[in-house]
Amino acid sequence: MHIEVRGLNKSFGDFHAVKDVSFDIEKGKLIGLLGPSGGGKTSILRMLAGLETPSSGDIVFHGKRVNDLPPQERGIGFVFQNYALFKHMTVYDNVAFGLKVKKQSKEQIRERVMYLVELTGLKGFEHRYPHQLSGGQRQRVAFARALAPEPQLLLLDEPFAAIDAKIRSELRTWLKDLIESVGITSIFVTHDQEEAIEVADEIMIISKGRLEQKGSPWDIYKEPATPFVASFIGESTIVEDLSELKGFEHASSESGTKALIRPEYIELGKPGEIKLVSATMPAVVKHLHFRGSEWMVELEVGSTKLITYRSLEKDVLHPGEQVNVLLHRAYLFNDSRSWILENPLKVDPMPMFI
Amino acid sequence: MSIRRLWIGLTYVVFGLLLIVPLIQIAVGAWSDGAQSFVDALLRPQSLHALMMTGIIVVVVTAINTLFGVMLALYLVRGTWLGGKIKRLLNSIVDLPFAVSPVIGGLMIVLLLGPNTIIGAFFEDIGFKVVYALPGMILATLFVTFPIMVREVMPVLQEIGSQQEEAASMMGAYPWYTFWMVTWPSIRFGVIYGVVLTVARSLGEFGAVLVVSGNIMNKTQTATTLVYQDVENFNVVAANGVALVLAAFSVGLLLLMEWAKKRKEVH
Amino acid sequence: MLYFVCLIVLPICGIYVQSLSEGWSAFWESIAEPLAWKAVMLTIKLAVIATLINMALGTMIGWVLIRYRFPGRTILNSLVDLPFALPTAVGGLLILLLLGPGSLVGGLAQAIGIQIVFHEPAIVVAMVFVTFPFVIRAIQPLLEELDKSEEEAAYTLGASKAKTFFQVILPTMAPGIASGAMLAFSRGLAEFGAVVLVAGNIPGKTLVASVFIFGEIESNNPQGAAAVSVLLLTLSFLILWIVSMIQSRRSGQ
Repeated sequence: MHIEVRGLNKSFGDFHAVKDVSFDIEKGKLIGLLGPSGGGKTSILRMLAGLETPSSGDIVFHGKRVNDLPPQERGIGFVFQNYALFKHMTVYDNVAFGLKVKKQSKEQIRERVMYLVELTGLKGFEHRYPHQLSGGQRQRVAFARALAPEPQLLLLDEPFAAIDAKIRSELRTWLKDLIESVGITSIFVTHDQEEAIEVADEIMIISKGRLEQKGSPWDIYKEPATPFVASFIGESTIVEDLSELKGFEHASSESGTKALIRPEYIELGKPGEIKLVSATMPAVVKHLHFRGSEWMVELEVGSTKLITYRSLEKDVLHPGEQVNVLLHRAYLFNDSRSWILENPLKVDPMPMFI
Repeated sequence: MSIRRLWIGLTYVVFGLLLIVPLIQIAVGAWSDGAQSFVDALLRPQSLHALMMTGIIVVVVTAINTLFGVMLALYLVRGTWLGGKIKRLLNSIVDLPFAVSPVIGGLMIVLLLGPNTIIGAFFEDIGFKVVYALPGMILATLFVTFPIMVREVMPVLQEIGSQQEEAASMMGAYPWYTFWMVTWPSIRFGVIYGVVLTVARSLGEFGAVLVVSGNIMNKTQTATTLVYQDVENFNVVAANGVALVLAAFSVGLLLLMEWAKKRKEVH
Repeated sequence: MLYFVCLIVLPICGIYVQSLSEGWSAFWESIAEPLAWKAVMLTIKLAVIATLINMALGTMIGWVLIRYRFPGRTILNSLVDLPFALPTAVGGLLILLLLGPGSLVGGLAQAIGIQIVFHEPAIVVAMVFVTFPFVIRAIQPLLEELDKSEEEAAYTLGASKAKTFFQVILPTMAPGIASGAMLAFSRGLAEFGAVVLVAGNIPGKTLVASVFIFGEIESNNPQGAAAVSVLLLTLSFLILWIVSMIQSRRSGQ
């Protein structure tokens, strides 16, 4: 289903939960709504579902405005955060509910339910009650139940929040594969960036009721549109005083410009390890943290603190050691704009120093 | 552990004095003049009539209050068309009958619908007697027992939350279907508990009914007002007979209450 | 909705209107009448006594029923609700039979010069009986919620049993005791059925407010009945309001 949202607003009393949100979603895409808790993601989802009425704005499915369509007639599957399974019904009856509402024949219902039960790996559990299932199994039931009436759009509210961290990643892959095989347009809400990046085709970042950016996980990571997105996605350090960063001393004439620096923007080497010496600046290793597959290194350049990673294959560093640091690029922003600046010294080395 | 013994012993003493001994007393009292007088007391025409009146009131009141109590609870918990302030106001109004002395409850109905008032006179004209007749008694009992059902169902509704209902509506179920298939199975033991409490209360209602009914023998006398009259007439054995029947009912209801409470907790 | 408004709001407004229908002075005259005034004061006094008794008994019984396991516990726990289930008139009759002049207790008391039935003690007993479940039912859920580890934490910090009780457990129960006591008090004020049978209803001596109102109605003086009713109602509403304040503060925490 093709979805179009125009100028969506929602207020609860004095609280402006969703502010002028507009977007388009292509058919068949898996979209992640990502943002801090309480940022309005769930409100957007509930308005799409028809469980909440927008204060203003239009929701358009397939070119048809559905604002006034009750949830019963929107043809949407919804997976709730705590699954909202019917406690007094078996797995079978839970999945069959939507089909019974549609007054399908017994055989049809049976066939569809058994297909979904098998698809979601719940075979043998049909006659159990929700309280007899594990968290992961409940989630599968909720998923099968939402898919049963063959919805055009699937909405999932924090689908993995109530699941143990251990099986969460397993379930994520499972869900992504399943949604792909069913081929249904899906939107899920999450506050976990790792989850969004791993599962979604496209991410929409929502903060304080606004849509900050929409794009593929890679695009968002590479080219964050706003400082919020840049700091929310991936690791980063914010540097307020640019004067100590070599190559960026005169980066901006605009006052109040700050730099956001990701660990991978920084190349770190013992004296002699980096070829482009002219672009490097001296730094001191403050702390080392072993992170399983690599070292996390805390550095100090003058009074500026930076964080980067170093491969285990390279020579081991020690706190207090003098090293050289090359800053490849920085994400700069001030109140009016934001842009990415490559280190000019790197692009245009001065040959006479070689 | 002797302190523990002391506390448990004291608890037994209080229960014994306050609850158990009186129950035995009434059972013994009713039979004190032999089984015959007990049966006679019960089979007096006014006893039978009074028990029948009580029965009618209990059935009608319980039916009406169950229906409207569940409806109001749904409105107060789920209703979105009511503003938060109005909801809070209504919510506190629900409890008012608990704070009103039954006698005052009865008085209100007399003042509002008595033969000397506009509304009362109007009903009188069309041949429908409210006060000093069955409708008034039902009304008085309705008033007194109104909060019970609402108060039993509301917390259950709050606890189960609205997500299951929303899930049902996402799958195409309309409110009526959702109520019967999803909401009702979750609240039914709360409702049953409320019904038992309402029955108990309307069975035992005395003050309000006494005021509204005028306590006319063989006409508007209920079981409890008959007990009162028998006592006033120093006919203690007769009073005992009817009281024993009422007490037996109460104990039965108490057992039902326990059962409903347990089932309620399971779900 | 309309049903709800008609059933509850209308009558309550009606009684306020009626009591003031003949002006403030008539209202004051009705209340200031010595018998009416005495009835109200007596009711308040006796209800306070009954409430205090129930606070002590209720706290003890609530505690015993939750914390101790002993034979008969579940039966006693069910019996707590008996006064709710039993018609109040039957309750009154019970007390009359048990403590009346012909009974063992009544005879004994009379012999040492205490009169129970048709005097104040009987009214208090009736009120205690009728309001018996309130305090117990209000503190039981709190005690159940109280984490045993809180108590144990107090012990590990060196607190004695008594100190733990007064500093850890009692404060947890306090809101329950308070709201239960308020409800019991308001019920005691309103009680009619049990009291009318045992009180003797001697004007100025053992005539409580609700019985006074009944008498006024019987003697065809709705004006006076309404005035005292309004006084009693306002008091009850105030209590109800305090209870809901206590509860909302508790849930707010």
